[in-house]
Amino acid sequence: MTLTLTSVSKTYPDGTVALKPTDFHVAPGEIVSLLGPSGCGKTTLLRIVAGLETPNPGSQVKFGDDDVTELPVERRKVGMVFQSYALFPNMSVRGNIAYGLKMQKLPAAEIDQRVAEVVRLCKLEPYVDRRITALSGGQRQRVALARAFAPRPRILLLDEPLSALDAALRDTLRDELAGLLRKFGITALFVTHDQDEAMAIADKVAVMSHGTVVQVGPPEELYRNPRTRFVAGFVGHAVHLEGQVAGTTLRTQGGMLTLPRDGENCEVFVRAEDVAITPNGALKARVESSVFLGTHYRLGLSGITAGILYSNHAGLAAPARGTDVRISIDPSKLLLIDQSGATP
Amino acid sequence: MEYSRAKALQLGVTLLTCAFLLVPALQSVLAGVTRNYFIGISSGFTLRWIAEVWELYAHSIMLSIGIAFACLVSTLVIGVPAAYGLARNPGWFSRVLEEFISLPLAVPGLALALALLQLYGSVKGFRTSWTFVLVGHVLYTLPFMVRSVLAVLSVMDLKTLEEGAASLGATSWRRFWDIVVPNAMPGILAGALTVVTLSIGEFNLTWMLHTPYLKTLPVGLADSYASMRLEIASAYTLIFFIIIVPLLMAMQWASQRAQRIAA
Repeated sequence: MTLTLTSVSKTYPDGTVALKPTDFHVAPGEIVSLLGPSGCGKTTLLRIVAGLETPNPGSQVKFGDDDVTELPVERRKVGMVFQSYALFPNMSVRGNIAYGLKMQKLPAAEIDQRVAEVVRLCKLEPYVDRRITALSGGQRQRVALARAFAPRPRILLLDEPLSALDAALRDTLRDELAGLLRKFGITALFVTHDQDEAMAIADKVAVMSHGTVVQVGPPEELYRNPRTRFVAGFVGHAVHLEGQVAGTTLRTQGGMLTLPRDGENCEVFVRAEDVAITPNGALKARVESSVFLGTHYRLGLSGITAGILYSNHAGLAAPARGTDVRISIDPSKLLLIDQSGATP
Repeated sequence: MEYSRAKALQLGVTLLTCAFLLVPALQSVLAGVTRNYFIGISSGFTLRWIAEVWELYAHSIMLSIGIAFACLVSTLVIGVPAAYGLARNPGWFSRVLEEFISLPLAVPGLALALALLQLYGSVKGFRTSWTFVLVGHVLYTLPFMVRSVLAVLSVMDLKTLEEGAASLGATSWRRFWDIVVPNAMPGILAGALTVVTLSIGEFNLTWMLHTPYLKTLPVGLADSYASMRLEIASAYTLIFFIIIVPLLMAMQWASQRAQRIAA
């Protein structure tokens, strides 16, 4: 089912603008992530699609050719996975999964059959008769997903589905969730503030900031060609290299840097994994901090840009704090973001 | 040494307090089954007084049970939706409303009864009907039901649970019956037992509202104390105990359970 949003906006009664007029399109079967920091309007957008929030007049939400803007949540046929899962504590796992099917007044035999199907898909067989309170966080998440999916919704909505889990579990369940969503083959929209989560699960990521969608694209494109400062900083933590751009060079405090192309009106960004420490590098820097992270050292460098520039250093040993080092950056790894007429 | 002396003192005070509370109750119970209280236990035991109480006051006892039941139904019908409304719309207005519902707890039962008499005393059919006493009981017990249910509801994430049910296609009516009521059940149960216990034992307000044909169990008790021989009054107390003590124990159990959930 396609999802089409046309000039959807939301202003709260107290005057807060949660969402500026937004156009958005999700193709059938596509898994799209809404990524942004808290307060960027991503959850508001999700709740408007669900029908849990009423958008401003003039907004339009369409599922396929069906205009659902005026439909209340209980008639929209959406599946929703909540951050806290919102499982019904008075029902067993089976009761939770069957609830949506019961609301559709399906015959008991069909309900049983479809519950069994979804239970198998989500590998919940050992838990069907358990109470919700007897489940672990990961099991609850699967039940929430199974419950949302069982009534065959037109679109599946997930609000920070992994944030209630502890960090150790999150990575495994992230891959599991990505796998299940692919198996379901359903159009899905999910909200997260975690870029790794967004990239691991989604076909397409929409980065949001201050109530607008700033850039939409496949994860690779967002990572390699961010169009705004915000996207560069938020996706992959790129750092702004300050200095004067002249043609294809950037003059920083630490030395001259070659740009991949003419950088007129551009700001230059770089990520920690692309900053290399080499004996004959073009830039000079001082090591301010050094943290060993197993696979690499994370070095904080001063003397190149106003703040700290980080470098992921993969050697067996790292230069000591306070020493001067030479830095090189592959020009093709630099991110040039055109600032002419762009909003910050 | 110091420790054990403190312990002995503690035990002594506890036992004394228990005796202070239990001995009169036991004495009263014994009086109810003694053939002649002035001679003492040596006169022998009998169930005659209990039978006589039943003959004289069966109507009062049945009336009390009936009113308690009607009171329970009324407080369920009014109290559970009220608590739900308060839990769904937290804010200063709900708090004021909750305080307002709780007002009968602070106002003496006599004052409440007087107000009811002033307002409805001249409505003939109503004044002499058992429903008049019922209104007083409902006013007095409603806050217990509302607070008990509200305590359980306000610790659940009611809004999200309901949104979850709504996203699965449940209308507000279904959400109330499928989600709200079952999850509020410990609070409802604790509230229900409190309401029944209070209604059966209520004297203050009932004494003001009752008519000679509408004596509830405690009013009948007062009546028997004033006008019957001591053995009958004591036997009556015994019957009251038999009805109220299991209720009290169940209430204690249910409230503790509800509190565990609310904590």
